[in-house]
Amino acid sequence: MQEKAPLTSVWPGFLAVVAATAFLIAFLDVERPAIVIALLAGGIVAVVAAAWSGAGAAVGGSFVVHEDRLGLCAILGLVALAVVFHENHFVLLLVTTVLLYSVACLGLNIQFGYAGVMNFAGASFFGIGAYTSAVLNTTAVPHLLVLLIGGLLAALIGSVLLLPVLRTRGHYAALVTIAFALLFKTFLEVNDVLGGPQGMQVKGMHIFGWSFNDNIEFGGVTLSFYMNYFVLSALLLAAAFIVVRRLERSWIGLYLDAVRLDETAASCFGLDIARWKVTAFTTGNFLIGVAGALFGMVGAFVAPNNYTFADSLILVSILLLGGIGNPWGVIAATAIVVIVPEKLQAIQEYRFLLYALLVILVLLFRPEGLLPRRVRRYFAGSP
Amino acid sequence: MTAILEARGLTRRFGGVVALDGLDLSVTANEIVGLIGPNGSGKTTFFNVVTGIYAADAGSVTFDGADITRASARAVYRAGISRTFQRSRLSLSLSIFDNIMIGNHKNLTQGLWFNLFRRDAFKREFEAGYQSARALIEVFEPRLASRMFEPVGALPMIDRRRIEICRALISGPKLLLLDEPSAGMTHDETTELMDDILLVRERNKNLTIVIVEHEMGVIERITDRCVVLNFGRKIAEGPYRAVAADAQVQDAYLGVA
Repeated sequence: MQEKAPLTSVWPGFLAVVAATAFLIAFLDVERPAIVIALLAGGIVAVVAAAWSGAGAAVGGSFVVHEDRLGLCAILGLVALAVVFHENHFVLLLVTTVLLYSVACLGLNIQFGYAGVMNFAGASFFGIGAYTSAVLNTTAVPHLLVLLIGGLLAALIGSVLLLPVLRTRGHYAALVTIAFALLFKTFLEVNDVLGGPQGMQVKGMHIFGWSFNDNIEFGGVTLSFYMNYFVLSALLLAAAFIVVRRLERSWIGLYLDAVRLDETAASCFGLDIARWKVTAFTTGNFLIGVAGALFGMVGAFVAPNNYTFADSLILVSILLLGGIGNPWGVIAATAIVVIVPEKLQAIQEYRFLLYALLVILVLLFRPEGLLPRRVRRYFAGSP
Repeated sequence: MTAILEARGLTRRFGGVVALDGLDLSVTANEIVGLIGPNGSGKTTFFNVVTGIYAADAGSVTFDGADITRASARAVYRAGISRTFQRSRLSLSLSIFDNIMIGNHKNLTQGLWFNLFRRDAFKREFEAGYQSARALIEVFEPRLASRMFEPVGALPMIDRRRIEICRALISGPKLLLLDEPSAGMTHDETTELMDDILLVRERNKNLTIVIVEHEMGVIERITDRCVVLNFGRKIAEGPYRAVAADAQVQDAYLGVA
């Protein structure tokens, strides 16, 4: 039978989740710029110290062995966050944005991280989802179904790109997606049915008579209406995480890696290169589209300027920052990229300079990203 | 004595260079054939044309009674031919197990639904694959059997060669094409690897092997028969001793004055 699992305790991982949750809550709560910057600096020092002292490795080890339980802990952390900020519109919207961008980046991760298919039109597929909600939410289509349709449409429209993506490799395939991103934005701008450059309003979500855009009265406590979106987004992220993890831990994950790493060797062992690239590109776009559809409803407004090539680049940089192929890294990086600039409004446009600097530093000193991907284990805790 | 692999008038050009020039080559089932010749004589090109990486410009290849001249690399693998590469082509960031299982592709379930949602059935398939990969690697190097989930990139060349051969063998092919298995290894390591290959063949009598090799000691020891190529053509054929004594072969390749 299999080798014994390494004796790794659940505690380092548990403590890391608790610390991360506490830090996130504190960071979201503080307002004064000086304290924000001090907290940020403290967080960076703590992470670097943990990495050097070996505590990082212990945390990594316990995530390998106890991923399921630590995932539950992370969800409990989200619950704690929701309790603390239950009436804070701004924070709940911000965290919901993190959750939905994470779903989109997990989709990108299947394409880019596993199959090696570069997609520089992530924001376009996200926009396809969002515009789907804008158009369909005024009709009688049930809103949960709209999310599904948003994903399917993104996958379907993405399949237009399949032929050129399959016929080209590497940089050339990337160029095809860049062209699509530019085309998509222009198409939205000139198309009056979809609101042109001014964009469209998106009606809020209603499911089973429950309106997502009303505050919730709950035993004398008022919850922000964003709580609805927050909960649904968290469920979506949990589902996307499980799907991506299982995909990685299956033969298909192995095939996607083989296709990315050596197409010639892969085809000599019977792998259908086109099939696996199509699978990755389509499932990835589906996830991005579903996230976009919900995000459209959260933001209540869609416009071509929200889905530009620059936004696609942000999504790709999240992947590079977090660690290509590691879903935990993707989520952590999304949180950094979405939350930090919002909290650093005081230093205005310099925050983007800082962000660019951060990406360059990570690529220089930790080219595999903040949380690099580990060797595949087919089952949590297996050797 | 039936031919399992039969090439007739096989030709492949690269621009003005004729890498294979009307090659006729036949391999009988269950034998070990050595393919030798100077650099650039067309040995690796022959492997690449047979396995469908390159298309033939003229001529035909039949395998096990079926014409595979125009077959894709995938179809050739499914027909029962697998190979190793001259420059090791493992995926270095993947584990030993992952690399070997890529070779087992035709025995694995492909469906998205199965892989994502039928985890119990998947686990059974995983366990079966794990057992067979482990049993195979035990033959070559028992030490590696306990390191199945470590990345290949950290291993020395001889271990990578072993894993590459396991990857080629795990699907139970009828024909194994070995492209210079001794490249980058010491004499002793090569001897050890060849012993292991002979051991695998001892257990599976139905395995036919074609081996490209520059180490004449290896060729002499393990092959039943040799084919010598020069400029894409066959210049001699027969048991190693006879071939090595051939004046034309000595002139073209062995360099004995």
